[in-house]
Amino acid sequence: MELGDTMNRHALSLIDVRKRFGQTKIINGVNLEIVAGERHALIGPNGAGKSTLFNLISGRFPVSSGSIALNGSDITNKEPQVINRLGLSRSFQITNIFPKLSVFENLRCSVLWVLGYRYSFLRRISALRDAKESAERTLEMIGLKDRREKMAGELTYAEQRALEIGITIASGANVILLDEPTAGMSRSETDTAVELISRVTEGKTLLMVEHDMGVVFDLADRISVLVYGEVIASGTPAEIRMSKKVQEAYLGTQIDGDEE
Amino acid sequence: MLSSGLTLIFSMMGVLNFAHASFYMLGAYFAYQTGLVFGFWPALFLAPILVGVVGAITERYGLRKVHKFGHVAELLFTFGLAYVIEEVVHLIWGRAPVDYRIPESLNFTLFTLFNTQYPAYRAFMMIISVGMLISLFLVLTKTRIGLIVQASLTHPDMVQALGHNVPRVFMLVFAGGCALAGLAGVLGGNLFITEPGMAFAVGSIVFVVVVVGGMGSLVGAFIASLLIGAIQTFSIGLDLSFIDLMGVLGVVIDSNSSWYAGLSITISQTAPVLPYLLMVLMLIVRPRGLMGTRES
Amino acid sequence: MERVFNKSRLILWGSVALVFALLPLLFPGGFALSMLSQLGIAIIFALSYNMLLGQTGLLSFGHAVYFGLGAFMTAHAINFVEEGAFGLPISFMPLVGGLTGLVFSLFLGFVTTRRPGTPFAMISLGIAEMVAASALMFTTFFGGEGGIVTDRTAGGAVWGVSYGPQVQVYYLIAVWCFISMALMFVITRTPLGQIANAVRDNPERTQFIGYNPTRVRWIMMSLAGFFAGIGGALTTINYEIITAESLGLMASGNVVLMAFIGGIGQFWGPIVGAVLVTFLQSALSNFTQAWLLYFGLLFLLIILFSPGGISSLIAMHGPLWRAGMMKRLMPSYVSALCSGGVTLIGIIGVIELLYRGTLLVGVHVAFTWIVAGFLVLVGAFFLRRAIRSVAQAWEDLSPDLAKWS
Ligand SMILES: Nc1ncnc2c1ncn2[C@@H]1O[C@H](COP(=O)(O)OP(=O)(O)O)[C@@H](O)[C@H]1O
Ligand SMILES: [Mg+2]
Repeated sequence: MELGDTMNRHALSLIDVRKRFGQTKIINGVNLEIVAGERHALIGPNGAGKSTLFNLISGRFPVSSGSIALNGSDITNKEPQVINRLGLSRSFQITNIFPKLSVFENLRCSVLWVLGYRYSFLRRISALRDAKESAERTLEMIGLKDRREKMAGELTYAEQRALEIGITIASGANVILLDEPTAGMSRSETDTAVELISRVTEGKTLLMVEHDMGVVFDLADRISVLVYGEVIASGTPAEIRMSKKVQEAYLGTQIDGDEE
Repeated sequence: MLSSGLTLIFSMMGVLNFAHASFYMLGAYFAYQTGLVFGFWPALFLAPILVGVVGAITERYGLRKVHKFGHVAELLFTFGLAYVIEEVVHLIWGRAPVDYRIPESLNFTLFTLFNTQYPAYRAFMMIISVGMLISLFLVLTKTRIGLIVQASLTHPDMVQALGHNVPRVFMLVFAGGCALAGLAGVLGGNLFITEPGMAFAVGSIVFVVVVVGGMGSLVGAFIASLLIGAIQTFSIGLDLSFIDLMGVLGVVIDSNSSWYAGLSITISQTAPVLPYLLMVLMLIVRPRGLMGTRES
Repeated sequence: MERVFNKSRLILWGSVALVFALLPLLFPGGFALSMLSQLGIAIIFALSYNMLLGQTGLLSFGHAVYFGLGAFMTAHAINFVEEGAFGLPISFMPLVGGLTGLVFSLFLGFVTTRRPGTPFAMISLGIAEMVAASALMFTTFFGGEGGIVTDRTAGGAVWGVSYGPQVQVYYLIAVWCFISMALMFVITRTPLGQIANAVRDNPERTQFIGYNPTRVRWIMMSLAGFFAGIGGALTTINYEIITAESLGLMASGNVVLMAFIGGIGQFWGPIVGAVLVTFLQSALSNFTQAWLLYFGLLFLLIILFSPGGISSLIAMHGPLWRAGMMKRLMPSYVSALCSGGVTLIGIIGVIELLYRGTLLVGVHVAFTWIVAGFLVLVGAFFLRRAIRSVAQAWEDLSPDLAKWS
């Protein structure tokens, strides 16, 4: 199988991935390779299919055709939890947390599987030191320490976005997908978030959707541009900036004018 | 036939209404009561309208309030409502069946086929329910009101933004659904029996029909109700026991063996269980139901 | 805060045990004892139900199935003991019920938990119907209309305990009730319990942190079936007869009422509900035929105005109590209580008149009707105002409360 070639180098590889919703083709044959350890940004206009692509990779939707591999093993159409257990963790564009659990509990839930506690009902959760410490560490990292006992549903929007990232990274997965992590944040909140993202993804593979070009050019090692369900260009920030195709299709209209 | 009517409304409204069968019962009782005063024909119109009004009030002052607490609360609300309606019926009409009868003018045999008499009233029922379903279908798919209703059910925010009063639409749809259930009650109450237990008896079968047919599928519900009706009618007619069946296969069971009692059940005795069994099987084989499209 | 059995919690559970132990001394009468036994069973049943509804978000309308099957299996087990077919002290019979509940909920739960939400509710109802219908079919096992009769003294006396006197049965129930309560509480404090909450809140997200929500629901349902079965077994021992009614829809509906009226948001909510509902049921059903109606109305009121049940109403006052601000609410509460009481009396009057009105004759009837109607109207008028003043009082408090905490 052709997936085998990409075994070592590629954390993620998508081969001719397609997705239709009914008759509407949203993803039209995406080929994408994410090198292990790189920070990769996925950009493109609204409705290009970026979130849909994330949903295909993470198993939320089945693909219509094509194949996806994670660290060399085939994950096409596997269930989300199976993919997650293989070391891929993702965040959502629309905040997706556990609103009636406390912030701390949200984070602790996120590490239980990885630490091997599975469905255990024979251990007291409060006695699990490693789960507690791991959750505390993440709590510290995302700067919500003083919100520890608050119900997640009662947090402010920015805090919930931070928690969203926290849940995603808590388990220490080595491939992380972030869908517009800074959407709706103010300038300073964005800076904090970017700093956080770059810190927690140290040594990991990151694929992220981002609209803020400043963030993208700051953070990303490589960038891919998705337009109408097709990757029209892929390369380093410099290459993307130079690319005629991208300028025509995307940057030309977006960077000069106001974003969104 | 009746349950298929009920089911269609179910799917249309999107809200699962536990009390639906209770509105069916109210229809029968209202028809009985108004029939005492005005006679059957006016009651045929009055009773469903009354039930519709009760439904509208329920939606306005009950369901709409619990809506914000989510689906579980909605379901529980209608569940509690079913309780209360049943008790109120006890309260007003007592526990015994009331004497709600088929009107004289329809109480004759239409024709006789294979020695079974086909009563005119059944034909009348059939005509009304089919007529009702067809006009409902036409109203929903072919008129402007129908379009607004359908759009409100799928995209409430959008329709609201277009300047329609969505809560009012919901209320009317709910009331309409209840009125239809009431109509079914008016028609069914005198054919079967009008008593406080009737809601319970119908309610659970309707559920099975919805699950087997697939949530939200009108056609599926229709097919499922026919299927279940057929299975029941067929199995009741079969007076064979499992012992006989095994006899055919050459296995003879000693009447003293402990298996005997269990196996001597005839197929007709299992009739009440069959729909549920069908439902469970359906869930194992095809969780979406026959024609279901939506998951959850 | 972090430990399961810290000091205050140990004291709490200790006092629960003490209360269980002392109750029969305080209420030694026959009626009181059978009432208490019933309460113990209801508590187990309601708590096990809340493992589904409150903790996992599964609205089941068929939980009595596991209760009832556990009860029937226990009845047969006791009869086997009597025939000498096998030996198990009566004290451990609840395990038979529990295991029966577990086996059936493992099996049926596998089918039902594949779909959450509304479909789950419908399917649970369908399964309940199926089992109830089968119960009338398989008369050998379910005993038909008459049910299955047993003799709880069949095992003979062990250490002087024969289970002849009701008080011994009470203690058996109390012990099992306590054990079940403690176990169910502990389960809420385990990884499974925590993930069940997560599944309740947002099943989709749990998939992206490695969990299979269907599996979580299935396990929770099996455990709930186990505890329901224990409750069923205790019923069999308590009444020495079990009929198909115990696994029917009424019984399933009843436990929904208990859990919801008590409150599904707190662990102890269903306990409050079980006690209240069981107690009122047997108390009210002696006085009036309309008791089911009262329950239905109470249920609707709670869904409409306090979806967290009684326990959340109580819990809501916890911070106020600690802040010492309760007295600021009192005036509005008193007026609400008074006007509510008047309305209630009026409503009860109307309902009872409807039920019994035909028994009375003459001026009396008209007069009572007028009085009842008058009470309802006046009560409702003042109640509206009182409710507004309660809301106002809360609003006035909230800034102070925020400061305090
Ligand atoms: N579940 C779905 N069913 C039908 N259409 C969908 C679904 N999810 C996304 N789409 C459509 O796919 C297109 C791409 O959406 P999305 O992936 O969210 O874009 P992006 O994240 O790039 O802004 C949109 O036109 C959207 O309407
Ligand atoms: Mg998107």
